[in-house]
Amino acid sequence: MSEEHILVTDGLSKDFLGFTAVDNVTLKVRTGDIHALIGPNGAGKTTVFNLLTKVHQPTRGTMTYDGRDITRAKPAQIARMGMVRSFQISAVFPHMTALENVRVSLQRELGTSFHFWRSEKSLRVLDERAMELLTMVGLERYAETEVHEMAYGRKRALEIATTLAQEPKLMLLDEPTQGMGREDVQRITELIREVAKSRTVLMVEHNLGVVSALCDRITVLQRGAILTEGTYEEVSSDPRVKEAYMGRAA
Amino acid sequence: MTTKLGYAVALVLLLIAPFFLYPVLLMKFLCFALFACAFNLILGFGGLLSFGHAAFFGGAAYITGHAIKVWGLPTELGLLAGAAAAGIMGLAAGMLAIRRQGIYFAMITLALAQMAYFLFISAPFTGGENGLQGVPRGTLLGMVDLQDNMAMYYFTLAIFLAAFWLIARTVHSPFGQVLRAIRDNEPRAVSLGYDVDRYKLQAFVLSATLAGLAGALKTVVFQLASLTDAHWHMSGEVVLMTLLGGVGTIAGPAVGAGIIVALQNLLASGPLSAWVPVVLGVIFVICVLSFRRGVIGELRAFIQKSF
Repeated sequence: MSEEHILVTDGLSKDFLGFTAVDNVTLKVRTGDIHALIGPNGAGKTTVFNLLTKVHQPTRGTMTYDGRDITRAKPAQIARMGMVRSFQISAVFPHMTALENVRVSLQRELGTSFHFWRSEKSLRVLDERAMELLTMVGLERYAETEVHEMAYGRKRALEIATTLAQEPKLMLLDEPTQGMGREDVQRITELIREVAKSRTVLMVEHNLGVVSALCDRITVLQRGAILTEGTYEEVSSDPRVKEAYMGRAA
Repeated sequence: MTTKLGYAVALVLLLIAPFFLYPVLLMKFLCFALFACAFNLILGFGGLLSFGHAAFFGGAAYITGHAIKVWGLPTELGLLAGAAAAGIMGLAAGMLAIRRQGIYFAMITLALAQMAYFLFISAPFTGGENGLQGVPRGTLLGMVDLQDNMAMYYFTLAIFLAAFWLIARTVHSPFGQVLRAIRDNEPRAVSLGYDVDRYKLQAFVLSATLAGLAGALKTVVFQLASLTDAHWHMSGEVVLMTLLGGVGTIAGPAVGAGIIVALQNLLASGPLSAWVPVVLGVIFVICVLSFRRGVIGELRAFIQKSF
């Protein structure tokens, strides 16, 4: 817990059939920060994310989370260590109610998840905590609604509640406001600010308004490599960043 | 509420049925209903299409037959031996197949079942083409003579009900919740820290064990274990029963099994006897084209819509 950096990558690289999608990325995420990963399309943001969450194995380089080497860890394993991700497309369980969505995330702690002879009524002890989390994201009225009937913005909020149920030390958010209307963006931004008070957040985000409002530190990627890193003011005044986004002025 | 009423009516019907219908036919129905419900556990609730469940059904049938006839085990232990053997086969097959999904999972299970089938043809204890005949039914706890069809029927019904309860409980258990989550969105379940392969494997082993129990029971009822039980036709038939009755519903597969067994029995004595597979094929096509949720699935949707 006392580590200064909760997540450190060293020389992280990923090749796909000779194409280097991520090139020698050395990233340090400070404990307690909201850290953003930005960059133009194809810069390798999502690939970095997938490397961190073990969807892909890195070709070279190492990753350290909370002082432990996670380069070869399995996806479910890092989740149990407190590093929990969200997805670009809303990751919910559509045929379960909102309450069940959060509860299934809480229930691993009970240690009864392999018990097929026990009644699911035994999970009701978790309902109170699940309701708290739903209330926190403003979904208490939808507890009994099957999730496929809910609006997109609410699904994203539910996803955050489900992620929070894991009590993550590090939350990885993959474009949390993508595809949202302005009102929803506002709500999710507030929500992220709220939940980040007691944990670290690393997010990929396109919406620079959200990034400037939230993030303590920003890493800019371009063609798989780190272009620059700093606060929003530092990064946004860097001419190389403007060039990467807008192209070289003619 | 409607569901509870439905179960109560079904239970009464099952209790009085042998006074009106031939008990052996009813027992055949119960064995296949159990087989289909067990299969549905992995297809409907695990989201994995196994095309090799006949290996568990047939394998258990042989083990039970051998255990009772040759080793002289009491009937109850013979049944348990068959189910346990199927569970072990399920564990071995599952460990190889579970990492694959969709068509690849179906193909691996089919290939393994074919290997089991050829093993059963050539192994000496199965009786090859002749099968294992004349398996004694024995007695229940050394007291009730199971040679009597009525006694055997109620014994079979008791086992069916216990297994059916276990399946319903599994679906509505903490384990069942995780299984639902995995079927709904597997990557998300992984990101919440669940080792999804281990959950699928447990579902597969449970399904194989209960499919084995069905096969074992069938051996005792008919006093026969044969290659038919392990043939891939059997794997196909259980898919048909499950889809027809309603995949992913608890009672659906039993209803599907009832329809198939009744049809086979009715058609076998009529002019269409040579055409049974064709008739079943037509029914299957109609089912897939027009009522995809199966009998119980459509019924449930209808009730939800109307009330």
